[in-house]
Amino acid sequence: MAKPKLNLLERLYLPEILRGLLITTRHHFANLTVHILHRVGLAKGKRGAVTFQYPEDPRPVARRLRARHRLMKRPDGSTRCVACMMCETICPAHCIYIVADEHPDPRIEKRPKSFDIDLGICVMCGYCVEACPEDAIRMDTYITETSSFTREGMLLTLDDLMNHHNEDNFPKHTSS
Amino acid sequence: MSEIAHALIVTGYILSVVLTLAALLTWMERKQSALMQDRIGANRASILGFRAIGLFHIIADSLKMFLKEDFVPARGVRLFHTLAPFISAFCALAIFACIPFGPSLPLGDTTVNLWIFDSDISLLYVLALGSLGIYGIFFAGWSSHNKFAYLGAMRGAAQMLSYEIALGISLIGLIMVYGSLSLNDIVHYQGRQLFGFLPAWGVFLQPLACLIFLTAGIAESKRNPFDMPEGESEIIGYFTEYSSMKFGLFFLADFIEVVVVAALVTVLFFGGWQVPYLQADGFQLPGGTHWELAPLAVGLIQVGAFCAKLFFFCWLQLTIRWTLPRFRYDQLMRLGWQFLLPLSIANILVTGIILVCR
Repeated sequence: MAKPKLNLLERLYLPEILRGLLITTRHHFANLTVHILHRVGLAKGKRGAVTFQYPEDPRPVARRLRARHRLMKRPDGSTRCVACMMCETICPAHCIYIVADEHPDPRIEKRPKSFDIDLGICVMCGYCVEACPEDAIRMDTYITETSSFTREGMLLTLDDLMNHHNEDNFPKHTSS
Repeated sequence: MSEIAHALIVTGYILSVVLTLAALLTWMERKQSALMQDRIGANRASILGFRAIGLFHIIADSLKMFLKEDFVPARGVRLFHTLAPFISAFCALAIFACIPFGPSLPLGDTTVNLWIFDSDISLLYVLALGSLGIYGIFFAGWSSHNKFAYLGAMRGAAQMLSYEIALGISLIGLIMVYGSLSLNDIVHYQGRQLFGFLPAWGVFLQPLACLIFLTAGIAESKRNPFDMPEGESEIIGYFTEYSSMKFGLFFLADFIEVVVVAALVTVLFFGGWQVPYLQADGFQLPGGTHWELAPLAVGLIQVGAFCAKLFFFCWLQLTIRWTLPRFRYDQLMRLGWQFLLPLSIANILVTGIILVCR
């Protein structure tokens, strides 16, 4: 890359230092003013920083974000899943483990006895959601904090997938 | 009041100002850099849910330092390894002995002098102690038995020696104008006025020397853009093998040196505790307006003015540190030897000619 030619003022270095100092000082005092105004309850619409204070102030996420899975329920509260094994089959990471069982209702063929997803292996590709013929599995919980201290802790069971503490936050559209 | 009690009280005052400021600077550096870069900065340490805009990080950091393992490399030299941070911190702190933090305050029937000692060699003492600081760096690098630490110490020693020269020579012009090496006399001289309205501060008498001194001073305190000895983000420096409070002492010494540079710039170039137009009996504006003040009030304003100037120059150094990128080592050496040194010598020449022709 060709070096840009500097003019005399730039080569003197000092004016450019002053220019740089002015830029940083401007940022410093502009942000300081905004923070002080926030303290006294003013200028709420203005942000004093481009960063997010993560646990308290989570970043807004896109609606299409593929987050932790959930299993949808029928109106009676039982799972909508019919244990057809489509998701387990398409899963490129082999992280879904389903054990099928007879469903008590004769009109429904099967239900899952256990439905485990190992989040430690899951690649969050969303193929299971696409493959599901019953719209039983979705990835719209917006739960992104799924870490655990043990490998076992990463395994989601049927219960984990069906019951969520923040169920009210889930999108309500398309319920069938 | 006996001599010793007086000295102890003043020492306590000066130490508390300096150490509080140095501790505060560790917090200020994080917060200010954050604000300059549109971030929030340290705010996680809390006591009972109170965060106090991150101020508790000072306590949290020092607690962490105290609780860590005090590590000495197996093949290092234990004596010098332990001695090095003490030398660094001592040389930085001892400089404050001769810096006047304020005028003589009349308290009742006694006067309190806000300096620990004042003599004809004050300025030499400051420069001497500034140079002795090299030993702290060099012992640290050498006794660690670590090549990276050793190289860092070599860089540090070379840099400090180079900039020491520009630093010392830039002051000669100033000494020629003030006619004294005593910092107290220098501050008193700056209470005069030039052309009847401009305060006779060093920065107006010797603007070039002020610039050189500030540059060389920042280089002496080994901070960005001259932080080659340490280079915390890429190259590793002389205190690589330090942990626990020994590292903490180096860290603190770093910030004390910031205060040292701020104090020296204030005293030598920005009038020390002098406030423009404030004489011993009150404000004496150039237009002839006079505003009478009690001697104690004048003294307190001047003490406050010194602290404000000190704080301002600490802030300025932090701003410079977080604005400018680091020099390359050859650029650093070229700036010191081929630029600052000739300039400071030329400054002496020009000052001499002006003084003779006046």
